Amino acid sequence: MSTAEKTTIRANVYVSLKKTVLDPQGQTIQSALRGLGFQHVESVRQGKYFAIDLDASLSPDAARAEADRIAREVLTNPVIEEYELEIEQ
Amino acid sequence: MKFGVVVFPGSNCDHDAFHAVQDALGQQAAYLWHQSTDLERSDAIILPGGFSYGDYLRTGAIAHFAPIMESVKKFAARGGLVLGICNGFQILLESGMLKGAMLRNRNLKFICRPVHLRVENVDTPFTNALHPGQVLSIPINHGEGNYYVDNETLETLQRRREIVFRYCDANGGLSDRTNPNGSLHHIASICNRGGNVMGMMPHPERACDALLGSTDGRAIFQSAINAISGTYSKPKVAEAVAPQR
Repeated sequence: MSTAEKTTIRANVYVSLKKTVLDPQGQTIQSALRGLGFQHVESVRQGKYFAIDLDASLSPDAARAEADRIAREVLTNPVIEEYELEIEQ
Repeated sequence: MKFGVVVFPGSNCDHDAFHAVQDALGQQAAYLWHQSTDLERSDAIILPGGFSYGDYLRTGAIAHFAPIMESVKKFAARGGLVLGICNGFQILLESGMLKGAMLRNRNLKFICRPVHLRVENVDTPFTNALHPGQVLSIPINHGEGNYYVDNETLETLQRRREIVFRYCDANGGLSDRTNPNGSLHHIASICNRGGNVMGMMPHPERACDALLGSTDGRAIFQSAINAISGTYSKPKVAEAVAPQR
């Protein structure tokens, strides 16, 4: 499907705890994986994934700016979390 | 005096708080709906415990965008008393009215039991009826009460005496064993710089009736009553934050 036919722009936001913040859930999952025999697992961090569809009338730059603002101001608590943003082409 | 108890969808300690201030403390109380912006001339606001908006996204994250919170923020900025209990504390953190954030409990379990709290600062509108170092027994009831803040802010909290209660043993001793959820520096409660906004994970409204095992929570509401009725006046901030050398 060409860009012109798209009605939405997909923004993917990945939120995770900062590296400096202890992640007890990730640690528990890691030890469970080890217990299951996945001996090569060095560490696990748990996070959240948001798939956001934005109106395709936005320019790519405007879509990125809007998604970035959503991620920064709402989806992430900057005290403990960080995020990665990806706009699907 | 009149306590306004905010009701969010998912609040479940609003009735407990209402009952505590009305029946145990003999004060007026009113429920304030989250979609309203009217604080109905309340003298103090309680953000009660529960799971506001299902705690979706993060605990307290959606609630802080509710219309009533705009009014609560303005009220607090004018020096109005705001007490956040459990989920209410989480909402205060998310709204930036208090510093820090809550992580999942260290043991990943939801914990519901009485804990001991040591009183760290009695120079606040919520603790003036307590004694320094006094040990209270008040229940906690949460899955995300593992208080976290960066080192720099922690230092500021300590310097300005904004840590109000710490988890401790029956004698007031601090140890890892008596820290139920892994909170940094055993922190159970903090206040803002002015002392008029306080958040606490334990539930004082569940400790206002001997039938429930403790009446230690009453002193927290009584302190607010003292502050409003003028029988207590907070020392000026400059005195409360005398530099520690």
